[in-house]
Amino acid sequence: MQGLKMVLNMIDLTTLEGKDTPGKVKQMCYKAQHLHDSYPGLPTVAAVCVYPSMVGVARKELRSNTVKIASVSTAFPSGQAPMSVKLEDTRFAVSEGADEIDMVISRGKFLAGEYNFVFDEIAAIKEACGKARLKVILETGELSTLDNVRRASDIAIHAGADFIKTSTGKIQPAATMQVTYTMLMAIRDHYDRTGIMIGMKPAGGISTSKLALHNLVMVKEVLGDQWLSNEWFRFGASSLANDVLMQIMKTETGVYQSPDYFSMD
Amino acid sequence: MAKKTTKKSNETGWDYAPSLESIGHIDLKESYDLFIDGKWVKPSSGKYFETINPANEKVLAKVAHANEEDVDRAVKAARKAYDTVWSKMPASERAKYIFRIARLMQERARELSVIETLDAGKSIRESRDIDVPLACNHFFYYAGWADKLEYAFPNRDFEPLGVAGQIIPWNFPLLMAAWKIAPALAAGNTVVLKPAETTPLTALKLAEIIELSGLPPGVVNIVTGFGDTGAAIVEHPEVNKVAFTGSTAVGKHIQRAVAGTDKKVTLELGGKSSNIIFEDAPIDQAVEGIINGIFFNQGHVCCAGSRLFVQESVAELVVRKLKQRMDSLYVGDPLDKNTDIGAINSKEQLEVINKYIKIGIEEGAEMYQPNCELPDKGYFCRPTLFSNVAQSNVIAQEEIFGPVLTIQTFRTVDEVIQKANNSPYGLAAGVWTDKGSRIFNLTSKLRAGVVWANTYNKFDPASPFGGYKESGFGREGGLHGLRAYVKLK
Amino acid sequence: MTRLQVLKTYKIFIGGQFPRTESGRYYSLKGKDGFDIANVCLSSRKDARNAVVAARKAFGSWSERSAFNRGQIVYRIAEMLEGRRSQFIEELQLMGLNAANAAKEVDATVDRIVFYAGWCDKYQQIVSSVNPVASSHFNFSVAEPTGVVGIVAPEESPLLGLVSLLIPAIAGGNTVVLLASEKYPLSAVTLAEVIHSSDVPGGVVNVLTGTAGELMPPLASHLDVNAMTSAGLSKDMASAMHVQAADNVKRVFNYPAMDWSKASSQGLSMIEDLQEIKTTWHPIENIGGATSSY
Repeated sequence: MQGLKMVLNMIDLTTLEGKDTPGKVKQMCYKAQHLHDSYPGLPTVAAVCVYPSMVGVARKELRSNTVKIASVSTAFPSGQAPMSVKLEDTRFAVSEGADEIDMVISRGKFLAGEYNFVFDEIAAIKEACGKARLKVILETGELSTLDNVRRASDIAIHAGADFIKTSTGKIQPAATMQVTYTMLMAIRDHYDRTGIMIGMKPAGGISTSKLALHNLVMVKEVLGDQWLSNEWFRFGASSLANDVLMQIMKTETGVYQSPDYFSMD
Repeated sequence: MAKKTTKKSNETGWDYAPSLESIGHIDLKESYDLFIDGKWVKPSSGKYFETINPANEKVLAKVAHANEEDVDRAVKAARKAYDTVWSKMPASERAKYIFRIARLMQERARELSVIETLDAGKSIRESRDIDVPLACNHFFYYAGWADKLEYAFPNRDFEPLGVAGQIIPWNFPLLMAAWKIAPALAAGNTVVLKPAETTPLTALKLAEIIELSGLPPGVVNIVTGFGDTGAAIVEHPEVNKVAFTGSTAVGKHIQRAVAGTDKKVTLELGGKSSNIIFEDAPIDQAVEGIINGIFFNQGHVCCAGSRLFVQESVAELVVRKLKQRMDSLYVGDPLDKNTDIGAINSKEQLEVINKYIKIGIEEGAEMYQPNCELPDKGYFCRPTLFSNVAQSNVIAQEEIFGPVLTIQTFRTVDEVIQKANNSPYGLAAGVWTDKGSRIFNLTSKLRAGVVWANTYNKFDPASPFGGYKESGFGREGGLHGLRAYVKLK
Repeated sequence: MTRLQVLKTYKIFIGGQFPRTESGRYYSLKGKDGFDIANVCLSSRKDARNAVVAARKAFGSWSERSAFNRGQIVYRIAEMLEGRRSQFIEELQLMGLNAANAAKEVDATVDRIVFYAGWCDKYQQIVSSVNPVASSHFNFSVAEPTGVVGIVAPEESPLLGLVSLLIPAIAGGNTVVLLASEKYPLSAVTLAEVIHSSDVPGGVVNVLTGTAGELMPPLASHLDVNAMTSAGLSKDMASAMHVQAADNVKRVFNYPAMDWSKASSQGLSMIEDLQEIKTTWHPIENIGGATSSY
C-alpha cells in the first residue's frame, strides 16, 4: 500500500499526442489533482507532462503548486531540428510556466559517435532552462545496446541533467527493466564519486502497478531509500494511475476492481 | 509472523512485506520408509531418523535408516529389474517412461520446490526457479537419449553397466538425484540411490512420482540413511557402477573401496574454483557474477567461485561495489520470496563455516560482512568477504562450502592462470573480460572442467559438468554424461 | 427422434488461423463406398503464397527458441495427438484404413513425434564440431536451420507419412508449408488442429489441402522458400520440382517411397538434411608463457 501510494505520487501524468487540445489537457489536469475523490487521503500525481503549446493551459488549470508542469521540448520526439529551434522551444515552455523540461538527445549524432555534440546540446538546453529542472530523454529504444545506454547516461549526467529519462514513449522497446537498471547504476556510480544525486524517470510501457513496483524495488535496491520520492524518481505514464488506483481499492476492499469505476481523463 | 526479511537494521523507509510461499499445498507424511522394488518397505533395523528444517530447527519427517540388509534387498531388486524388464524393453519405451517422469515432476514442481526449501534451507526463489526446473529438464533431456544411444556412440559396441549405486549430497538434493538417475535409466541401467541424511525428502517425493509413473518395480530404488548406508552400496558385490557426488575425502575413500573390483566409478567432488576479473570486464555484471558465484545456495556449491582474482587496477572499485551489493542481500527465511540467502544446511556445516571464518580472521585477512539481522532460530550465516588474501592462506586453499569469498589481486594474465591452477582442485572457473580472445586463452589454459565466461554458475542438462584433478572424474550432463553409464567395447 | 450430427468443416491452416482457401474452391472427398465424406479446400497458388509469408514471419522466433523449448513443444504435440487418438483412428477409417491399421498408424505417429522431440536438443551435439585448426583460433561449426521448407506429403501412410517429414523439419527450427496428400487430407487438417493447440507458434506449420500438381510448383519455384522435401514423388513431379527449385538453389530431398512404420524411416539425417553448417573462427589470445601444465 505504501508502495502503491508512492507510485501515484511519482507519476508524470502524460499526454503527448498530435491531437492534444486545450480541452484534453484541462481534463487531465483536473484528474491530476483529483485522482479518486471517493477515496480520501490519496496523493496527487507529481506532475503533468505536455507539449510546450499546452503549458499555458496547464498553468491556468493547476492552481495549487503541488502538481508540477513538465513540458517536452527540443523538437520532441525526434529531436531533428536546428539548435536555435530547440533553444527557442525550451525557452518558450519555460516562459509559459513549465517547472520541468523533458528534452530529447540527438540519437543520430550519438550513434555517429559525436558525443561532444550531444554533451554540448544538453549543456545549452540546461542553460536555457533557467530554474526549471532538466530531464534528459535518452530514447533507449534507439540506442540498441546497454553499453550505449550507459554511455548516454554518463554524458547526460555530466552535461547537467537533473533527471535522466528512458524514452519518449513513441519508440518500442521503452522503459524495460534492464535499461532502467543500467541507468540507475550510472546514477549510483555518479553519486558514489561526487555525492550528487540525479533523478530517474522511466517512461513508456509501465502501465501496471506490478511493473511500477518492480521499478521501485530496483530503485530501492540500487540507489537506496533516499531516492524514493518524486523529487528523485518519476514514472512517465498515461494509463498507470488508474491501474494503481484499482490496486489500492482492491487492497482496501479485498475485491477485484473494474475500470468502469475509475474516471478516465 | 515476525518480519522475515532482514536488512541493515539502521535503515528506515520503505520495507517489503514478507512474501512467504504457501506450504498449504504440500503433502508430507510423518514418516517415510524405503522405496525398494516398487514398494515402500520398513527398514529391517526398524530404525528411523529425523530430518529437520534448518531454518527453524523443526522436525519435518522421520525417515528410515537402511542398513546392509536393506541395501542388499534394493540391489537385488535392481538386478532383477535389470535382467527381466529394463534391459529387455525397447529403448523407445524406456524413453517414454523417463519422459513421463519428467512430466509428472513438472506438474508437481511447486510442491517439490517448497519441500526442497524446507528440507535444505535454500531460498524458495532458487528451488523454484533453478533446482526443480533443472531437475525436470534433466529427465526430459535424457529421456530423448534412451533410443538414440547408437548416435551417441557411433560405430561402437556398447551396453549398459547393470546396477548403478548412486550417492548424492545435500546441497542440491533433487537436482543431484536427477543428474544421477536420468542418464542411468536412459542408458539402460537400474538404480539404487541414497540421498543425503539431512535432505532425503525430495528424493522420496521423487520415489512417489516414479511409483505413480508406472515405472517397473525395482528399476529405481531409493534407500535413505547415513554413511554406513552409502558404504553398503559402494561395497555391495552386485553393484556394477558407483556414482558419487560429495566431498573429496569420501571420494578418495570410495576409490579405495572399489579397488580390485570391476565397478565403474564416477566422482564429482569438491572444489575451490577461481573467478577471475580483468580490468576490461563489464564491472557491474562481474559484480553480479561474483555474488552469484559465491552466495548462490549459501555457497553450498561444489563449483562456487570462492577464490576471486581481481586485476589490481580495478580491485578497489570491484571490492567497493561488492560490499555495496552485499549490503542489499537479504538473509532470512528461505520460504520468503525476498530472500537471497537462506539457511545453512545443518548445524555441523555452520560450525565448519564459522571455523574457517575464524581462521581467516586469525590469518590476518580483512573481513567484511553486511550488518544484517539474522533470525533467532535456525542456522544462518552472513555473506562474508575476505580481502587481503594470499594463495598461502588456508581460507584460499580449502573448500569452505559456505558463503565465504576470498579476494586476491593479480597483475598479469600469466600470473592469474598460474594462481588459478595452483590448487589440487579443478572443478570450475569464471573469466570476466570484454576480450573474446582472452576468454579463449584462459579456457584453454585453465585446468578446470567447466569455465564460465562473463557468467557463473550456469547449468543445463545439455552441458557436461565435472572436474579435473581432485575434483573428481567423469562428467554429468550432456552427451558426455551418458558415457558414465555404458560399457564401451 | 435421433439427434442430428454436427459436421466438421475441414479448412486450411495458415499463420495459426484456419481460413478457407481464398479461391473458394473445394473438392469432395469420397469414402470407399462412394459417399461424400467432406468438402475439402482446393487451395490455390495464392494460398501457397500466403502460407510462405506466414512461415517466413514465424521463422525468426521459432529458430531462435532454445532447443530445449522446441523439444518441449514437439513433445506436447505428441501428448495432444495421443489425446485425440480415437478421432484420428476414426478419420483414418473414413479414409479407408481398417481399424487395426488405423490404430497402429496413430500409435506409431505418436512415438515418432516423441522420437524427434528428443532430438531437438541433441542433434546439435552430434552434428557440430570443434575444429583443430593450426592457427591460434577457436574454430567451431554448428548447425542452423535452413529456413522455410515446403513439404509434399507422401501418398502412403496418411498420418505417419506426413508427420515423418514434418516433425524433423520443425524440430530443427525450420518453418513449414505442408501440402496434404490429396487422397488423405483429413488427418492433415486434424493434425493442424493438434499443432494449433500444442503451443506451436502460429506460422511455424502451415497446412494446405488440394492437389500437389497445382500447389507444388508455386512452392518449389518460390524464391523465399529454402528447401523442399517429399517422399516417393513420381519421376516427373520430382524432376519438375528439382528444376524449379534450382532458381534459388533450394535444398531438395525427394526421399524414396518407404514403409513409414519401420524404424528405418526415422533418423537424424531427416533433421540434418534441413540444416546449414556455420563455422566460426575466434582468435585465442596468445601471449606470455603461462601454460596449463601446472
